[in-house]
Amino acid sequence: MSAHEDNHAHEAHDDHGHHHKETFVTKYIFSQDHKMIAKQYLITGTIMGVIGVLMSLMFRMQIAWPEEPNVLFEALLGKWAPEGVMDADIYLALVTIHGTIMVFFVLTAGLSGTFSNLLIPLQIGARDMASGFLNMVSYWLFFLSSVIMVISLFVEAGPAAAGWTIYPPLSALPMAQGGSGMGMTLWLVSMAIFIASSLLGSLNYIVTVINLRTKGMSMTRLPLTIWAFFVTAIIGVISFPVLLSAALLLIMDRSFGTSFFLSDIFIQGEVLHYQGGSPVLFEHLFWFLGHPEVYIVILPAMGLVSEIMASNSRKPIFGYRAMIASILAIAFLSTIVWGHHMFISGMNPFLGSVFTFTTLLIAIPSAVKAFNWITTLWKGNLQMNPAMLFSIGFVSTFITGGLTGIILGDSALDINVHDTYFVVAHFHLVMGISALYGMFAGIYHWYPKMFGRMLNKNLGYIHFWITAVCAYGVFFPMHFIGMAGLPRRYYTNSNFPLFDDLANVNVIITIFALVGGVVQIIYLYNFFSSIFYGKKAVQNPWKSTTLEWTTPVEHMHGNWPGDIPHVYRWAYDYSKPGHDIDFVPQNIPLKEGEEELQH
Amino acid sequence: MTTFLTIIVLIFILVAIWQMVKIFDLAQAKSENSQVATDKDNTINAYLMMGFLAFIYIITIVCFVKWGDLPLMSNSASEHGPKIDNLMIISMVLIFFVQTVTQFLLHYFAYKYKGEKGKKALFFADNNKLEFIWTIIPVIVLAGLIIYGLNTWINIMGVDESEDPLIVELYAQQFNWKARYGGEDNTLGKANVRLIDIDRANILGLDEGDPNAQDDIITTELHLPVGRPVLFKMRSQDVLHSAYMPHFRAQMNCVPGMITQFGFTPTVTTAEMRQTPDMLDKVANINKIRVEKSKDLIANGEEALTPYEFDYLLLCNKICGKSHYNMQMKIVVETQEEYDAWIKEQKTFKASMTTEIEVETPTEVTTPEVAEIVTE
Repeated sequence: MSAHEDNHAHEAHDDHGHHHKETFVTKYIFSQDHKMIAKQYLITGTIMGVIGVLMSLMFRMQIAWPEEPNVLFEALLGKWAPEGVMDADIYLALVTIHGTIMVFFVLTAGLSGTFSNLLIPLQIGARDMASGFLNMVSYWLFFLSSVIMVISLFVEAGPAAAGWTIYPPLSALPMAQGGSGMGMTLWLVSMAIFIASSLLGSLNYIVTVINLRTKGMSMTRLPLTIWAFFVTAIIGVISFPVLLSAALLLIMDRSFGTSFFLSDIFIQGEVLHYQGGSPVLFEHLFWFLGHPEVYIVILPAMGLVSEIMASNSRKPIFGYRAMIASILAIAFLSTIVWGHHMFISGMNPFLGSVFTFTTLLIAIPSAVKAFNWITTLWKGNLQMNPAMLFSIGFVSTFITGGLTGIILGDSALDINVHDTYFVVAHFHLVMGISALYGMFAGIYHWYPKMFGRMLNKNLGYIHFWITAVCAYGVFFPMHFIGMAGLPRRYYTNSNFPLFDDLANVNVIITIFALVGGVVQIIYLYNFFSSIFYGKKAVQNPWKSTTLEWTTPVEHMHGNWPGDIPHVYRWAYDYSKPGHDIDFVPQNIPLKEGEEELQH
Repeated sequence: MTTFLTIIVLIFILVAIWQMVKIFDLAQAKSENSQVATDKDNTINAYLMMGFLAFIYIITIVCFVKWGDLPLMSNSASEHGPKIDNLMIISMVLIFFVQTVTQFLLHYFAYKYKGEKGKKALFFADNNKLEFIWTIIPVIVLAGLIIYGLNTWINIMGVDESEDPLIVELYAQQFNWKARYGGEDNTLGKANVRLIDIDRANILGLDEGDPNAQDDIITTELHLPVGRPVLFKMRSQDVLHSAYMPHFRAQMNCVPGMITQFGFTPTVTTAEMRQTPDMLDKVANINKIRVEKSKDLIANGEEALTPYEFDYLLLCNKICGKSHYNMQMKIVVETQEEYDAWIKEQKTFKASMTTEIEVETPTEVTTPEVAEIVTE
């Protein structure tokens, strides 16, 4: 393998010795450079994130003050908020598109797309991705799908509004819901393109990690980030095609009269012709992706956090091998637990038993990871950079959100909290907020690598602490209104006097959400202004061991001006006894008599 | 308007924060300003970590004290309800324990081991014994939970036909519920949405030729005799719905094209439930809130809210379209005598077919209410 790498290295080396001409278009738009593509993913993801968060603030205000007209609604929703009162259809659309955008466009493409692209070549010691062209195509497909998703917000009958899970028949029948017309068509088209983009990206990551590692970079010397991206890409390749097939079959049902998911339907005074299909089939197909998807979201965040925690604790990550084993275990289990979303879907209760069993097993590798992170802090020398704060925050919300999974994964308990706010609280903490923290941590940590400048740390501190308080303020009380039986996706609860005593909880939650949402402006300001005015970064500001910090601050094609560095040790030689400095980069040969840790 | 003002205030706060940071930055400008955490940053954030730990504990305690004893958590009204509640309480205690300990360790370590110049961290990369311990402990605990959970699950989902359960069909449509009783023979007649004939009041698509269908009774309220097992057969005519009866710890999706089922035995009548101390408190509290709200409404020239009286409810808990939020049916649990008297008053399918007055179209049932709410 290494001979092959050397070949590649030489080719690339010859290539960049003289700077070949780059136009604006090839450098900033149709770039094939992984670092530029990473930034493109990040900026697109950020824009989508702003849209997604704005939507959540709007429907949170609707939940808290259901009777009140709101100027913000009038301004942003137009005809969907006559005199400022939000329409029930657009409420469901906001919930739906918020979910879709945050899960796929922000936390899949924005997180995994950004950091896989940025870090895989840099950390394994490669000049670029295996195929720069596919990488570029992957980004532009993602961009196209984002554009289509945004366009779908403006169609006459409204955007898709059947929930981000788009269960048919609601999503299949335009007469069942306004959003199931053109809005849903665009949603499906957008997602189909998104899946193509994601697959191209994933294949590229897998090939790159397997083939382009520099000399000495064995699999057991890879930083955990790379392990996480690698395994994530594999899960993506296994599960995303299934969603594509579900989407295609749904398109067939919608447009060509097939009956894959539909049967025996009487709606608006007429019987439809569909016969023999089952919505439960769609649920299986959807969740076959849908559940691994949450790990596609969270594993890269876990990888980033592991790396940042080790670097900022000035300590090796505790239990490197156990960390890899638990990533693999989570990846394997993630593909056989999808049924826990369907305990009460009408499938055979015996299946429910099997899925309860496999689901609760996931708690084991998750617990191992959490304990290993905590132990990594123990007797460290913690550098409280904003990235470190977000990493600690990640572990905190991951534990809080993950623990309630023990309740939801238990079929007997799921009966009563299924589709209530308890679920909303659970998954927002464990994969929404956690993954977002992972993403923020990654951005604060690798910003100098991306833009050659530093983010302002004080703004970072304020950003973290207010966000952290608000995240708990929003999602912790939400568990309790869920346990009180309040269903999610209700436009207003005022038709149920039973829930009147929960109204004040909803107001509290919304206030936390508003503060937490608005505070992100600080981050956005920090992010965009630092691109131009941030403090110039040094080559290795965090004193990390991994290879990306051996590249020059100024970006260049091919990453390293000379030969690609060789690797002699694992990625976590922090505070190793026998060394004067508290970190030994991977490209420093072992000293005489020094033993590489038997990890 | 309040929300708009809130946002304006928030934005001002933001601007203030931003200005303060600017000042802070300028003040620091002379000293080393690499944007990497200094010892001072480490110390401040370490203390904030402990503060945050306190915040997590406080918010936990406040939530449990204020909202932890919601009647829905403790007052189950079905035979299997206490089983779920017990399992829930055991899981909650476990979670509470693990949460308290791990959050403490995480934040305390973050505080205790804050970085200082010149300090060196401990090179501690691996320990098989520790890894083994925290693999095996979750294994044992989860094994217990899985066995207990599955036992409960099988218990709940297993339907025992020998107990002669009352058979009731729950029929879902956008956006209301119907209940269908088997009548004298306690057997539901065959049905399919293709047989729906609105003009002849065959609204659930019963097979008019099926002898079992003749005495079926279709109602818009669900009445159940206390103490008798009920087996629900769920159907939906249009999209997915979910029949959620939180007080009975019962939920099952209604899926077009198939019949799903869920069975339970109600144990507390509506009248009894209204008199439980928890429920009296809850209702009093809700009515206090409603009176407050009514004051505002009257001030605006609107009608006051009616006082709330507790009733069991069947809610739709699967997104089903525009009026999903208002798809509900009242459930009445009563004594066998009351139930018998009630069911006697209801028309059988055969009887309702001959009277043309009873005709109701499914769409008209909720639309006026919906229109009202939207324009409110």
